[in-house]
Amino acid sequence: MKELILIAGLGVLALLAGLINGRKFFMPIVLIGLSTNIGFSLADWGSNEMVYGMLKLDNFALAFNIVFSAIAFLWFISAYEYFTDDNNFSDHFALVLFTLTGAFLLVSFTNMITLFLGIEILSIPLFVLVGSNKTKLKSNEAAFKYFLLGSFASAFLLFGMALIYGSTGSFDLAIISGTIAKSTSIPPMYFAGMLLMLMSIAFKVSAAPFHFWAPDAYEGAPTNITAYMATVVKTVAFAAFFRLFYSAFGSVHSEYALVLSIMCAITLIVANITAAVQANVKRMMAYSSISHAGFMLIAIFTLNAANLLLYYTLVYSISSIIVFTVIKIVKAYNSGNDSINAFKGLLKQNPILAGCLIVALLSMAGIPPLAGFMAKYFMFTTLVSNGYLWLVVIAILTSLVGVYYYFKVIIAVFQKPETENDITLSFAHKFILIICALALLVISIVPDMILGVL
Amino acid sequence: MEASINGVSLNYYIILSTVLFCIGVLGVMIRRNAIIMFMCIELMLNAVNLLMVAFSRYFGDTNGQVFVVFIMAVAAAEVAVGLAILMMIYRNAKTSDTEVLNQLKG
Repeated sequence: MKELILIAGLGVLALLAGLINGRKFFMPIVLIGLSTNIGFSLADWGSNEMVYGMLKLDNFALAFNIVFSAIAFLWFISAYEYFTDDNNFSDHFALVLFTLTGAFLLVSFTNMITLFLGIEILSIPLFVLVGSNKTKLKSNEAAFKYFLLGSFASAFLLFGMALIYGSTGSFDLAIISGTIAKSTSIPPMYFAGMLLMLMSIAFKVSAAPFHFWAPDAYEGAPTNITAYMATVVKTVAFAAFFRLFYSAFGSVHSEYALVLSIMCAITLIVANITAAVQANVKRMMAYSSISHAGFMLIAIFTLNAANLLLYYTLVYSISSIIVFTVIKIVKAYNSGNDSINAFKGLLKQNPILAGCLIVALLSMAGIPPLAGFMAKYFMFTTLVSNGYLWLVVIAILTSLVGVYYYFKVIIAVFQKPETENDITLSFAHKFILIICALALLVISIVPDMILGVL
Repeated sequence: MEASINGVSLNYYIILSTVLFCIGVLGVMIRRNAIIMFMCIELMLNAVNLLMVAFSRYFGDTNGQVFVVFIMAVAAAEVAVGLAILMMIYRNAKTSDTEVLNQLKG
């Protein structure tokens, strides 16, 4: 409970900081708040605290709370100029902190009501953040599309919830699961409801065929917010996906496993092939993000894969923070150009920037000693042990396509620069890039440390 | 005996809200005016509200009605944000037609 009060309180405090012009001192407060949040979660470990029957702080919730708070911590440092450059710093702080409040509900819900509220508290501030580049029509368009399709998907989620309520008489996940496990004939309304909820959540995690909003929203949003969507929001959406299907629909696992495995195959194929033909790096990374969503889906329909999901989201988020920070810096340096040509000669212009980008892209492509390889490898082993050999073949083939488009950027980095000027990095960016690149190396050496917590 | 609320079969409530929901879905998909699309999303949400209240009354369980109050509050917040986004588009493009929103492709 104290974690929730802490994050929501920080959000309210951010609004007050706008009144007294606290631009200088509010960032450290947020970082201390997030560290305290991680500390609270560590202190609560194993307590299984119930909050009014609506939230349960079990180890799954606490582990994901720690992961998303840590990623948000890194993200806040990498995006510091988003909070200092213009007059709306308190709005930006408050909106991001409110999305984190929603994120906390989403990793710990035990009831459909808190699931819905969590999704909405996460999404509504995010619509505003995506459109926060107010004078650019592209940002407006991204916000509009994201908003329209987001609320459309929410309505499907609600209709699904209503149908499940109608067939079981409760919103509580444990009671829903228990009622269905005991009943001799499952009403068709229950499956209709489950399918609608599945569609809606697949939309939120941007899995094909419900992914079409993601490239537009990712490309149009300010790059800092794109990074936030690809890291914190994706992690949390998958945690909620897992939690919902594990605790509410666990008793009909065999029914949804087939649907999800087909969805996973479609996501991997569509995302990787479309990414390979993109010229804009931000858009390419959006498709890459969808293809990683395909890999994360594997953890939802195979059994006992919570720790794999935790590991995969952590690895993917850390490498995304690096990639989007580099894209942001290169884009600013090339006056708004974010095509692959803008990356030409990055190695000459700034070796640290280029080195970290290469580490992150190699990790995403799944090249051996890096963490991304370990994450994919664990997903493949769990697929094999669950008997999805056909999906392993598809996943490996599409990963090869992935290697192709990640290397397009890496090759550009090694080419001759178009302009000789060096890119200078601020201390915060340099710090965050090096920390994230080191983290990628460390968690690839000791994956058991993270896999063992759940 | 067939399931009913005050003599009206529960199936009618389910059919009515499904039809309303489908009208909303079609509206969002077919219409190109942003305001009408927002209204259709509201229609979808209200179809859900109707269904929840019907089930809540049928089970004699208040949770469904509490949920409806939450949905109403969230829908109001959502529309506020949606109209603000539309205002922002109008300021930049001087029109509320969604046809101008074609800059992001690929």
